[in-house]
Amino acid sequence: MNLWLVLAVNSITLGGLLFLLSAGFSLIFGLMKIPNLTHGSFFMLGAYLATSLIALGADFWTAAILGGLLVAIFGGIVERFILRRLAGAELAQVLVTLGLSFMIADVCLMVWTGDPIRIATPSALRGATTVAGFGFPTYRLAISVIAVVFAAALWALLDRTRLGAMIRAGVDDPAMARVVGIRVSRLFTIVFCLGAWLAGFAGVIGGPILSVYPGLDGEMLPLALVVVILGGSGSLLGSLVGSFVVGFLYNFGQAMFPELAYVVLFLPMLIVLVLRPQGLFGRPAA
Amino acid sequence: MNRLALGVALAILAAVPYWVGGTYYVNIASQVLFYAIFALGVNVLAGYAGLVSLGHAGLFGIAAYAGARIMNEGYGHVGVTVGALAVTLLASAVFAALALRGTGLGFVMITVALGQIVWGVAYRWISITNGDNGIAIRGRPSPLGLSLSTPNGFYWATLAVFLLAVTSMAVFVASPFGASVRGTRDQPRRMNALGYHVWMIRFLAFLFSGFWSGVAGLLYLYYNQFVSPQAVALTASAEALLMVIAGGTATLLGPIAGAALVVIVKNVVSAYIERWNFVLGAIFVVIVVFMPEGLVPGARRLWRWALAARRPRAIAVE
Repeated sequence: MNLWLVLAVNSITLGGLLFLLSAGFSLIFGLMKIPNLTHGSFFMLGAYLATSLIALGADFWTAAILGGLLVAIFGGIVERFILRRLAGAELAQVLVTLGLSFMIADVCLMVWTGDPIRIATPSALRGATTVAGFGFPTYRLAISVIAVVFAAALWALLDRTRLGAMIRAGVDDPAMARVVGIRVSRLFTIVFCLGAWLAGFAGVIGGPILSVYPGLDGEMLPLALVVVILGGSGSLLGSLVGSFVVGFLYNFGQAMFPELAYVVLFLPMLIVLVLRPQGLFGRPAA
Repeated sequence: MNRLALGVALAILAAVPYWVGGTYYVNIASQVLFYAIFALGVNVLAGYAGLVSLGHAGLFGIAAYAGARIMNEGYGHVGVTVGALAVTLLASAVFAALALRGTGLGFVMITVALGQIVWGVAYRWISITNGDNGIAIRGRPSPLGLSLSTPNGFYWATLAVFLLAVTSMAVFVASPFGASVRGTRDQPRRMNALGYHVWMIRFLAFLFSGFWSGVAGLLYLYYNQFVSPQAVALTASAEALLMVIAGGTATLLGPIAGAALVVIVKNVVSAYIERWNFVLGAIFVVIVVFMPEGLVPGARRLWRWALAARRPRAIAVE
């Protein structure tokens, strides 16, 4: 299999993971107006929790769902008991999420030590699958499929359900949404938990590819930031497109300009900022 | 009265090496001073301009890296200082041009991303920054023939730069420019309607802030005689912001008190436990949740409250 194809598959895989991570980030940012700087930590925490669950005998998918769930519960506690106390003070909320991310990183270092831990690929998805004459690593294809399924599910949730309509109303005009009887504060909790779950889940299913190590949070968070700046906050389509753009840039950048991979990654973000500050699919700020 | 207090404060600061007891503490005092310069720089944006930057360690680090590279080329302290600060100002201009595309939280996100780019370059672009190994310099320079190699010499030199920074901040705050910066924070649309160029005011404030961050970065380089990607990590930007917020934003003394608090806690805590990041995060959360206005205004408020509580009682006794 030639190099470019490998890179393309890897890019799509990373794009899928990034979508799971940044969809929640973008929704939280769109609804609550805060960039949740613990989002990278949720990703890492989910993966670490899953390694412990697997060590306790859980199988991969149970660990992924449960790991995500534990992160979601944690996220719910953070939202309900810390962020809500600071309602209205957005800057304070951002700083609290930053402080929490340091605390989480240090606790993870204490509990799971500094050595990278690799999560084993689920046995059914090991090996390669042949598509159109090329052998693709099955697990990477599976991640892409999962990302597509989640994108469709999230779209259906936001676009087709009552809850989704309420969330969209909250994003567009929280004050008006309250007036018509939507409990916006409860939406905050739901969206925050959902975002945390997605991030934790993404961390687990990313585990077999990326492994888990201290500093993973700090590597994923800027990627999520770039995705959201590129795609525009609160836009699901923006997250999807942004994730794949970043996935491709990251992998191809690393292969072609290894020393400059990081710069290559941020260049399109800078171009978008200059030409279209609200992001590709974002709406201009009111 | 005020002049007397200022004179006493200056005398105490200048005499630190004589009363603080030991070079270890003199070195900590030097660290407090150059981090205070950094915090004062960050405060120009975070406090007076209302633009919270989480990428200032990038500017701090650029100055340190540029200084180290220029110094290793064999230039003297004048070349190093001028070169490093010129590079920092240029970087500040680029940062400002990009970050000022957003305000509020957009500004925060862009500065995080910019800071991470600098980190990525410091960490990965090995031919320029030597990657994870960092760059070491040989010895501290001796400007005007004064040696900075002893802890005391370095302390006094840092103190001189620090006093210059504080003076420039005091002048800035009292100047019409300082007033217009505060105006763009509180009422950007009215400032615009009054004919002020809001973007340009913010841009200049960013340069001013970047300049002092660069000065602090250069002092950091001279102090450690070494710079590595750690200096530009997000944690470093967060620490600087914590200094400002802990001390009190948009005050002159706040960032200095905050810098002292963070540096001392960091050194004390690191001596006992390894968990500095946890403590940093916890302090952050506690201060933001319980003391959002910072230590200096918080203490001032308590002081006023204490005075007010005493006065009526005195009347009652009469």
